[in-house]
Amino acid sequence: MGFSLLSPEVIKNLARVRVVVSDLYDADGYPVEGGVMDPRLGVIDPGLHCRTCGGGIGDCPGHFGYLELAKPIINVLYTKTIYQILKLTCRKCNRLMIEDKKEEILTKTQLTAPSKCPHCKAQQKKITLSKPYTFYEDKTELTAADVRERFEKIPNRDLKRVGFNGGRPEWLILTLFPVPPVTMRPSITLEGGERSEDDLTHKLVDIVRINQSLKENMDIGAPEFILNDLWELVQYHISTYFDNELTGVPLARHRSGRALKGIIQRLKAKEGRIRGNLLGKRVNFSARTVISPDPKISINEVGVPQEIASELTVPVYVTDMNTSYVKQLFKDDKINYVIRPDGRRIKVTKENKSELTTNIGIDWVVDRQLKDGDIVLFNRQPSLHRVSMMAHRVRIMPYRTLRLNPSVCIPYNADFDGDEMNIHVPQNEEARTEASFLMEVQRNIISPKFGGPIIGLDLDQISGVYLLTKENVKFNRQQACQLFSEAGIDMELPDKEEFTGKELFSLLLPDKLNIEYKANACMNCDVCKKHDCPNDGWVSIKNGQIETGVIDKKGVGAEKGRLLNKLSRLLEDEDLRDFIDYAGRLGVAYLMRRGFSLGTADLDIKKDIWNDIRSKIDGAHEEASNLIKKYKTKELRILPGMTAKESLEAQIMNVLASGVSGVSDIIKDTMEPNDIIHMFTSGAKGNIINTTQMAAVVGQETILGKRIKRGYLTRTLPHIKPRDLSPGAHGFVSRGFKQGLTPFELFWNIMNGREGLMDKSLRTRKSGYMQRRLVNALQDLKVHQDGSVRNSIGEIVQFMAGEDGIDPSKSDWGKLNWKEGMR
Amino acid sequence: MFKVTDHEMVPKHEVLTPQERKEVLETLGVEKEQLPVIKETDPVIKEIGAKRGDVLRIIRKSQTAGHSVYYRRVVEG
Repeated sequence: MGFSLLSPEVIKNLARVRVVVSDLYDADGYPVEGGVMDPRLGVIDPGLHCRTCGGGIGDCPGHFGYLELAKPIINVLYTKTIYQILKLTCRKCNRLMIEDKKEEILTKTQLTAPSKCPHCKAQQKKITLSKPYTFYEDKTELTAADVRERFEKIPNRDLKRVGFNGGRPEWLILTLFPVPPVTMRPSITLEGGERSEDDLTHKLVDIVRINQSLKENMDIGAPEFILNDLWELVQYHISTYFDNELTGVPLARHRSGRALKGIIQRLKAKEGRIRGNLLGKRVNFSARTVISPDPKISINEVGVPQEIASELTVPVYVTDMNTSYVKQLFKDDKINYVIRPDGRRIKVTKENKSELTTNIGIDWVVDRQLKDGDIVLFNRQPSLHRVSMMAHRVRIMPYRTLRLNPSVCIPYNADFDGDEMNIHVPQNEEARTEASFLMEVQRNIISPKFGGPIIGLDLDQISGVYLLTKENVKFNRQQACQLFSEAGIDMELPDKEEFTGKELFSLLLPDKLNIEYKANACMNCDVCKKHDCPNDGWVSIKNGQIETGVIDKKGVGAEKGRLLNKLSRLLEDEDLRDFIDYAGRLGVAYLMRRGFSLGTADLDIKKDIWNDIRSKIDGAHEEASNLIKKYKTKELRILPGMTAKESLEAQIMNVLASGVSGVSDIIKDTMEPNDIIHMFTSGAKGNIINTTQMAAVVGQETILGKRIKRGYLTRTLPHIKPRDLSPGAHGFVSRGFKQGLTPFELFWNIMNGREGLMDKSLRTRKSGYMQRRLVNALQDLKVHQDGSVRNSIGEIVQFMAGEDGIDPSKSDWGKLNWKEGMR
Repeated sequence: MFKVTDHEMVPKHEVLTPQERKEVLETLGVEKEQLPVIKETDPVIKEIGAKRGDVLRIIRKSQTAGHSVYYRRVVEG
């Protein structure tokens, strides 16, 4: 078996009907015999049986018919092949013009048509193809019949050498046309009994009609030009039947003006048969809607709207042990369908409910509505990695959005600006068990991608625990109880009257936890003072008690959380899940209690410091203008591998960048602690650069990493002097966002912003395609028992996975923690 | 004459004796055809004079494992 050409003989043998008339239905509405809707071509109406095979809908695969073409027609899809062979065929002896010394099969590049036939020495004429399907020999047209005639005489041994394997080139030119079964072009009955035919049927009617008319005209001996016109018309209809997007051919249109779908259009592109129906399918037992956050539910839960829950079902097999349970489900109207032992599916309605309840018995299956605790798959596209699809437990909720804990936004890359997500309901015990063991959220906290937590706290949750665990945060017993209650943590507090924030957070930690690390708040001092860190950046936890240090992104954040990574080794998955739930809620609860807000006043800078900043920026401008002066007098230091102009640009950029970073340092050192600072020291959001840009100076705007130089020939904007090289003329923004930008500065900022936008969309497309190719190339590689990587046919790719054989999911951020392993 | 094998970025290639080859294939549990290949026109192969069908042991420096061992079969090319 394989793909090959259909010979006219095969087409005829395949067919059950010889199509001769272009009418579809007679006056009574019955399909005409010998028409393209002939009942022998298959059944599409429910209840009827096939005249050929006797099968009903679903059993009858449909049967081909054939149409005898009055004159040969070129198959457009093969024009290229026809052209290649035609060029190679001798016009006199009809042999392929190739040297017949050896028996080898020639490749395409070896095939060039000589001007003289090597066999009969006949002089050849130049053959051209006028797209889409007309051939010329010098200036005279070669009709499909002429071409076919030549092809028929080519000896088989010649064909073998150009790669024909059993087929014949004349089959590329149609004499019999296969009429596909009605099953692949079903008509639909509109209300009112009117029939609407498939595009292909419309096309077939045209083909048959024109072909018949051509035949009649030939029989009566009509003049040549009429015959040629009709022949051309058949060629057009058959061509657009195959492909209705041919260049140079007008689109075949429906009566409404819509372009008809050819066979190529059915298969091609995103919504075509291949990509749309074979590689991707629509599924049942799924739902999709907008998502919104709910920090009160657990990370492995998903809030499902009641409306969705009552539509999605799980099959329950009725046994003698659960009949009473199933009867209760009936009573609560929680059953949508029942499936009788004979396989019939019955919808449960008010009318038949009581009857079904009494009839129900062993071997029946009922489709029960989703309920709390059911396991479902939760997914957000693009599904770029395994944690884009995880199993969650259902929690039925009011309103119409899917609810998820903000901590799982990170693996799904979700936010709530209108994102939608999908759920899928596993339909059998095996699928549910597999989902629970492999896909539940708590099983995926540690990512095999880099050996660390991929799920952790984020944003306000981090701000919250950071502020809670800072020094001098104190609670009396009542406040502590209140806080835990708000966070929904049911826990006995130690018998004390006063608690620090660190003590409260420590209550969530297991006693066996011992760890020391540098927090995100660590300032990377030259000499680390460890326990005496002035920023409380040295985290030291002994026996589950925080001794020093703040808990921030480096502790409990996703991807960075050292604490989470350590806990994943000490705790069961479920306990780690609870820890993330609790810590997140505790953080948010404390933040609500304390209050957290920021405004422009947080960016206020004292007069004298402001002057320092301004002089720093002015200094940078000064330095830049000195560089420009030197450049003009040719005294500028030329950097290796650069032209004078490039050296100037590089040095100006350097000077300005160090000016801006000097400003950053001033701000870092002098700004009073406020919530902006808290956010970036804890790693919740933002950084010092953002803050500097808001408070003092935005800095250099760049296009393609260089100072802005687009616009006019010698200047960026018409308001600037020609050949001005100063920072202010090339995109340096010396003001901050709070102070306000000048119109030029704003324009540059927008230029930079637009570049970022373009870059982002370009990058996602490019990297997406790169990833796809990688995935396809690597998908069947597997690490075997001996640590080697082999493909599906056992070829070795690596003798030891990653050369060191380390399983990243059991490593610490890719590194082997041997000290821990020894213990 | 410059030799590629003298360059520090070219790892050490050595031809296995028939005995060694048998042992390697046995420990890996594979046929010779399942090994990665190297063309006989490869500069290193020409230099060390390995023949078609030979199996090489290549000892590379590795960022992750210090050094790593790799095997390749010499093929036509």
